[in-house]
Amino acid sequence: MDQGFFLLFAAVSVITALTVVLARNPVHSALALMACFLQVSAIFVLLGAPLLAVIQIFVYVGAIMVLFLFVIMMIDVREAVLQRFLPGGNLPALVLLVLLGVEMLVLVLWSDRFSATEPAAIRGGDEIRELSTALFADYLLPFEVASVILLAALVGAIVLARKEPG
Amino acid sequence: MVPLSWYILLGVVLFVIGAAGVLLRRNILVVLMSLELLLNSVNINFIAFGRYYADFRGQIFAIFVIATTAAEVAVALGILVALVRNKATLKVDDVTVMKG
Repeated sequence: MDQGFFLLFAAVSVITALTVVLARNPVHSALALMACFLQVSAIFVLLGAPLLAVIQIFVYVGAIMVLFLFVIMMIDVREAVLQRFLPGGNLPALVLLVLLGVEMLVLVLWSDRFSATEPAAIRGGDEIRELSTALFADYLLPFEVASVILLAALVGAIVLARKEPG
Repeated sequence: MVPLSWYILLGVVLFVIGAAGVLLRRNILVVLMSLELLLNSVNINFIAFGRYYADFRGQIFAIFVIATTAAEVAVALGILVALVRNKATLKVDDVTVMKG
């Protein structure tokens, strides 16, 4: 049952990820990426992380992809649609990619550390309560730093995108 | 139950696809979207390991990765809007003002 759902979500996410990279029109890429994020959040649910699944949908699908679509609307993408998909002379990058993929696959399939089939025993009790206790007690400083980073990014984005006076 | 290696393999496949988008595509928007794909594949790994070793830190790291990604996208799209205003192009190869 679980395996069937995992295979379904994984297959759809890989197909939509390929669509992101292969589509000519950036709008199609953005919509495919949205579908891919939804599949990934379903996989988070399978992994027993419902909070992360909800955050994934809110932040990625709700905020980041809408931002992308807004920028695509502001920019004229017609010229970008016409350009050639793969400019020649990219053989080194292609070789690098194949090497990277083969290396990671071989390492994962050879190692016996990833063969666990059952999750470790779940500690009883409210999982989200424990998670938030860890986040707000042990990881309070990184949490505050993350909020400062978000504030800096907000101010920076406004300053960058503003029309220069005069 | 689903073996841990399946999640790792899904992460590997998504990572390679995202890296292909970053290295092979010349459209700035698609390059940025492929970056999102890379970060997402890393998140899958974090949460899978956290689940199979009963450790919350996987999920906590994933939350920080998501927060950093949101900041990165906001700044990157701000830079993109400023760039297109000054120079009407979306190709990575045309943006060599800083001789990169």
